[in-house]
Amino acid sequence: MPMAADDIIALIKQGIPGAEVEMQDLAGDGDHWAATVVSPAFAGKSKIQQHQMVYGALGGRMGGVLHALKLTTMAQKP
Amino acid sequence: MSDVFDRIRDEIGKNDVLLFMKGTPVFPQCGFSAAVVDVLSQLGVKFHGINILTDGELRQGIKEFSQWPTIPQLYVKGEFIGGCDIIREMFETGELEQVMKEKGVTLAHAA
Repeated sequence: MPMAADDIIALIKQGIPGAEVEMQDLAGDGDHWAATVVSPAFAGKSKIQQHQMVYGALGGRMGGVLHALKLTTMAQKP
Repeated sequence: MSDVFDRIRDEIGKNDVLLFMKGTPVFPQCGFSAAVVDVLSQLGVKFHGINILTDGELRQGIKEFSQWPTIPQLYVKGEFIGGCDIIREMFETGELEQVMKEKGVTLAHAA
């Protein structure tokens, strides 16, 4: 079973304080997602660290039930 | 798991630009891997690709080694640079080319 967008958003928000999450269904199949995550918690962190924080919030689901999530992370909106 | 970590360290040490990917550089078997191959080709970077689909131990091992849950993964001169999204973003901003230059990787721009 693919993951619902709301579940993904909830996990990210739970794991990263103050995160704003926008989801986009890339393929229209509810299984290939793009997420833009904006959180002040990313400030001063490298892209790798920022993405690792999101993967951490997803608690091992990334690469498992959630196989396609294109990530864009930033500390504040441009 | 330490054996596969040794193998990974060995490969990273041997190859200046190393891409852990699904499929091969000539025949990528996943859109994300294909995208990174495309970026490296556009930059004119010579790289070595390792197909993790044919090696179950490596497929799991590299995720733990890098603490990164997805493939592809790009290493340059021993340093983990990122997965598909980061590489694409860095390419678009010119940051990737800069990193390659800083690390002394030769770029052969196609005319």
